[in-house]
Amino acid sequence: MTDCHATPTQGREQPAHIQADAPLIALAGQPNMGKSTLFNLLTGLNQHVGNWPGKTVERREGHFDLNGRPARLVDLPGAYSLTTNSPEEVIAREFILREKPTVVIAMVSAANLERSLYLVAELAALEAPLVVALNMVDVAAQEGIQVDARALERSLGVPVVPLTASKALGVRELLAVVDQVLERDAPQDVHPPAVRADHQEILDRLGTLLAGHIPAPYPPGWIALKLLEGDVDVMAMMKAELPAGVWADVYAVLRAHDDAFLAVVSGRYEWIGHLIRSAVTHPKVGQVGITERLDRWAAHPVWGLFILAGILGLVFWLTFSIGSPLQEWLESRLIVPLAGLAAGALTGAPFWLQGMIVDGLIGGVGSVLTFLPILVIFFAAFALIEDVGYMARAAYVMDNLMHLMGLHGKSFLPLFLGFGCNVPAIMGTRVIEAWPARLLTILIAPLVPCTARMAVVTFIAPVFFGANAVWVSWGLILLSLLALVGSGVLLNRAIFKGQRSAFVMEMPLYHIPNARTIGLLVWQRSIAFVKKAGTAILGMSLLVWVLSYLPNGELNTSFLARFGQFLEPVGRWMGFDWRLTVALITSFPAKENAIATLGVLFGNSPEAGLAAALAASFSTATALSFLVVTMLFIPCMATVAVIKQETNSWRWALLSVLLLLALSILAGTGVYHLAGWLGL
Amino acid sequence: MDMPENNSPLVLSDIHAGDHATILAFEGGRAVVNRLASLGFTPGTLVNMSQNYGRGPLIVTVRGTRVALGRGEAERIVVRQGSHD
Repeated sequence: MTDCHATPTQGREQPAHIQADAPLIALAGQPNMGKSTLFNLLTGLNQHVGNWPGKTVERREGHFDLNGRPARLVDLPGAYSLTTNSPEEVIAREFILREKPTVVIAMVSAANLERSLYLVAELAALEAPLVVALNMVDVAAQEGIQVDARALERSLGVPVVPLTASKALGVRELLAVVDQVLERDAPQDVHPPAVRADHQEILDRLGTLLAGHIPAPYPPGWIALKLLEGDVDVMAMMKAELPAGVWADVYAVLRAHDDAFLAVVSGRYEWIGHLIRSAVTHPKVGQVGITERLDRWAAHPVWGLFILAGILGLVFWLTFSIGSPLQEWLESRLIVPLAGLAAGALTGAPFWLQGMIVDGLIGGVGSVLTFLPILVIFFAAFALIEDVGYMARAAYVMDNLMHLMGLHGKSFLPLFLGFGCNVPAIMGTRVIEAWPARLLTILIAPLVPCTARMAVVTFIAPVFFGANAVWVSWGLILLSLLALVGSGVLLNRAIFKGQRSAFVMEMPLYHIPNARTIGLLVWQRSIAFVKKAGTAILGMSLLVWVLSYLPNGELNTSFLARFGQFLEPVGRWMGFDWRLTVALITSFPAKENAIATLGVLFGNSPEAGLAAALAASFSTATALSFLVVTMLFIPCMATVAVIKQETNSWRWALLSVLLLLALSILAGTGVYHLAGWLGL
Repeated sequence: MDMPENNSPLVLSDIHAGDHATILAFEGGRAVVNRLASLGFTPGTLVNMSQNYGRGPLIVTVRGTRVALGRGEAERIVVRQGSHD
């Protein structure tokens, strides 16, 4: 049996058959090392995705069969170093120090060995049992780089296992070595890197000052090193931990050597340099790799934009040629008959039960779920773009444009995801490291016209504009994007004082996509969306239904109608009557509700009837104004909920609502009067 | 390769595509320098300019990794042209 000294604390999350004393394996590595591929390979569907406590960083945990016994596997967030640059880096190091995993598998890339060993240099100082998984051996070979794993293992002092995770090669060997480490049958005599020689004396002085004051579970040498690096969290911790006099002495040393962190970093690279000198054969000078050749096009300031436009156009085309018809089919063939069936089955049931199930549950949640095919196409396209390594190129070529808003290229892709649905767009902002840039992206993301809003436009525009509806639709999209850029520029000036976060981004090597990785990503994101529909959206649909039903079962005299009538004066500015105002309000749970509400308000007429009724009731100016307001109106409920979740504050969610409310009323009023003046 | 002496120090964004430079020092905030350091940018490191169109972001290869840098960030990295002292 295993001699397991780790005592996992989160036993309640475990499936019943995983014992609390099962070995705990942590998977660490920098971004783009193929960590997720290995994680998915080992755990398959036996994985759980959540958030790290108090953070908006994804936490993935699973279990797998480690040579006949169950083991837990935690995928640590990708981190370039273990200094407090980002939440990911803090999470990774705190997990290793506090949860004390039985073995840490450190993923490195043979194609990027020097850089990827940097994290190993940091891990070596944490005194955790290490196994180095040398991934991407195939990509390295393709770039002309040969790595001798045996030589690396000898100079590193811990096992090194070559691996091609994307083809599932070397996994069995890796697990065998992990098993050996568990049985204490593999070398573990790694010598952590020293600080650059000219700073050794200062590090020693710090060590003397700190002696006897280091709290568990931190290794003393590691604390001294992190202080010298100027690590904000460790500084704060030691300030609280040390007697005031000692802290003053420590602080004086640090103040006098505030450039010392470069000596610490250089020490690590010297250590790495020593490791790879014997293990790596580099390509001949002048040899141009596949990645560099592809980037001459993909990252070109002009051709790169054309390629990006082409790829995004293809995603749009797929969405509209496959996704939208599927959505409509589901709506008309599944949701509508289901509602009819339920209404028939519930004829004897109390009226409120019937209304709740037919209108609230099936009409509300069901309609939202019909958007799943569109989202699946989007998720798949994005997972593919991400896995191939193209994502960084798109961010790179969009960097100039995003500068207008004080953002950089990385904000572009989450925004594009917003064309499918704003919810994943806001969750996707997690790729942006700097908080102000992330917050700004979150605040402008709801202005990206999502498919649900386009569904409303697709229904209403032809009624009033006939053959010109296509141009009106494009105009509305353009207007939304102008509003997005405008809001971005203004918010950046007003709230963020024009500060801009640094743009430093790795351009990973291109590689063949892995179907399993993409499939799992699509699956997880879809499940997250379905869960949201089943909880938050369900609750809100029911609430709207109740408000539209009480007090006497008539929509025209319900609380919702009274609310609409109360707000009608504001609606008048935009040319709306109370029915359009109510339709707009009910678009809060889900944007496409606006059509359903109008359907109810105009007497449950079938769609053709509704179109005729709308055309008879409203002027073109009113219709145009309604479309503009629909595009810019407050984010839907799911979006507001996810803004709250991702910013951890109702304040920002509320600001987002108020911002879009003001913007939409302003634009609607302007468009209505302009159109009236033009005689529409 | 020798550069003519002038008053303004040479920065990474001045390097043409295909040329090499050695990092001398960083200007600017600790957070950015920390991020750069963890990606392999340290004083004395050789950097190869892969793409630089004179405006917008640029791509360099450092320690075998391709890294995209905003022009603003590249302007804060003081370098010397070429690879030897």
